[in-house]
Amino acid sequence: MANIRYTKDHEYISVEGDTGTIGISDYAQQQLGDVVFVELPELGRKVAKGDGAAVVESVKAASDIYAPVAGEVVAVNGALEAAPGTVNEDPAGKGWFLKLRIADPKQLDDLMDEAAYQAFVASIS
Amino acid sequence: MAEPLSGPLHKTPLHQLHVEAGAKMVPFAGYDMPVQYPTGVLTEHNWTRSDAGLFDVSHMGQAFVVGPTWEATAKALEALVPADILNLKPGQQRYSQLTAEDGGILDDLMITRSAYAGYEGWAYLVVNAGCKEQDFAHIGPRLPDGVTLKPDATLALIALQGPKAAAVLDALLPGIAATPFMTFTETKLDGMFVHASRSGYTGEDGFELCVEAKDAAAIWQRLLSDERVKPIGLGARDSLRLEAGLCLYGHDIDTTTSPVEAGLTWSIQKRRRTEGGFPGATRIQKELADGPARRRIGILPDGRAPAREGTVIKAADGAAIGTVTSGGFGPSVSGPVAMGYVNARFAEPGTPVLLEVRGKDLPAKVVTMPFAPHRYFRG
Repeated sequence: MANIRYTKDHEYISVEGDTGTIGISDYAQQQLGDVVFVELPELGRKVAKGDGAAVVESVKAASDIYAPVAGEVVAVNGALEAAPGTVNEDPAGKGWFLKLRIADPKQLDDLMDEAAYQAFVASIS
Repeated sequence: MAEPLSGPLHKTPLHQLHVEAGAKMVPFAGYDMPVQYPTGVLTEHNWTRSDAGLFDVSHMGQAFVVGPTWEATAKALEALVPADILNLKPGQQRYSQLTAEDGGILDDLMITRSAYAGYEGWAYLVVNAGCKEQDFAHIGPRLPDGVTLKPDATLALIALQGPKAAAVLDALLPGIAATPFMTFTETKLDGMFVHASRSGYTGEDGFELCVEAKDAAAIWQRLLSDERVKPIGLGARDSLRLEAGLCLYGHDIDTTTSPVEAGLTWSIQKRRRTEGGFPGATRIQKELADGPARRRIGILPDGRAPAREGTVIKAADGAAIGTVTSGGFGPSVSGPVAMGYVNARFAEPGTPVLLEVRGKDLPAKVVTMPFAPHRYFRG
């Protein structure tokens, strides 16, 4: 079973083996409102932890999606190009943005697990 | 569109109803306003285009200019705006701009001639929320003796917009659907005054209802009890007016832009173009004769990435030629749309341009506005 971790910026990374699938939390998609465009990185791009890895645009504004950990982009969700609203409908499933080959699994330890993230969301909402 | 402000926010007479309906409230022009309801901006936008959207625009400034005769009031207003006010018929409404001596736009506004017996010398003004205090401070001292400005904070303003707006309102106020575009009708709903103008700012057919603040909630709820009506927030109001190619003050027009640059020459009637006599006439008449140095244009990006306000517009060779003043996603267009100003040489529809979005030059082209066809009632 995949191990899901969250950042304080509301990205998630769902880890299987050395690969992490990155998207935004259900809380984040609700806050953004209707997603109308997602800009995805190029395959093979290497990102450091905290780098802008993608951009999500709602009707009103653009928001950066930061890499929760360092790694290399090994897949992007091209289906979002035609159907960006999938991010609203299924953020933890079909609404993923990109997959990273994780450079240093220890960086995952800095992220929140599901329980910690839910407590964090409760504290800010 | 939310703006940081200090001090407590004003509330419209409908504030409590917005909160109860689950609206997301944001500070806007000094008011705590609904930016969207739980269904979200896309749904609200599309509902307004297909059915009827209900908007609280009570934050806007309402005032009367009162003179001894219509001629006196109209002449006083013609010293402040470039539109032909003198020839308005009773009940007729006109869009215009308060211009500065240098031809820049201080605000845009709606001016209506009273149709009421005993109020022949009255004009009704609706100005932008964020400008109303400075507008009133500008207008008041510039009126001649015997003509006065009366801001009225006891009024609310409700807009009902969309293809079903006329049928919805006609069910409550029989006969109102025959009101011609850009005219005002006085009517009553269960004893409450409803001053209905056939106008709006979404590109759709619809009405703006000037009502007494104390009646606003009751009238709002009567309208919402019709299943064809849903409340719409400022988010969709902005995407609707952008698709309709309509200017938002402080973004697409401001003190640096003239009505000619902004493509608003249609709002300056022939007599005024010739005679002048309004602030900024020197610049505006010169631009009418020679063409302005820059023009407001519609821009359609080729790709899916929205180009937001402030995006640099470049010519095909990469030279900067202008800036986006409003831009985003157009739900009816199903893609990004924008408007902005460019050097007039590049304003021809069809001209290819580049939009610098996040460091990349994305292809786009100049297009004729509106992006979504206007559906005003033409009788």
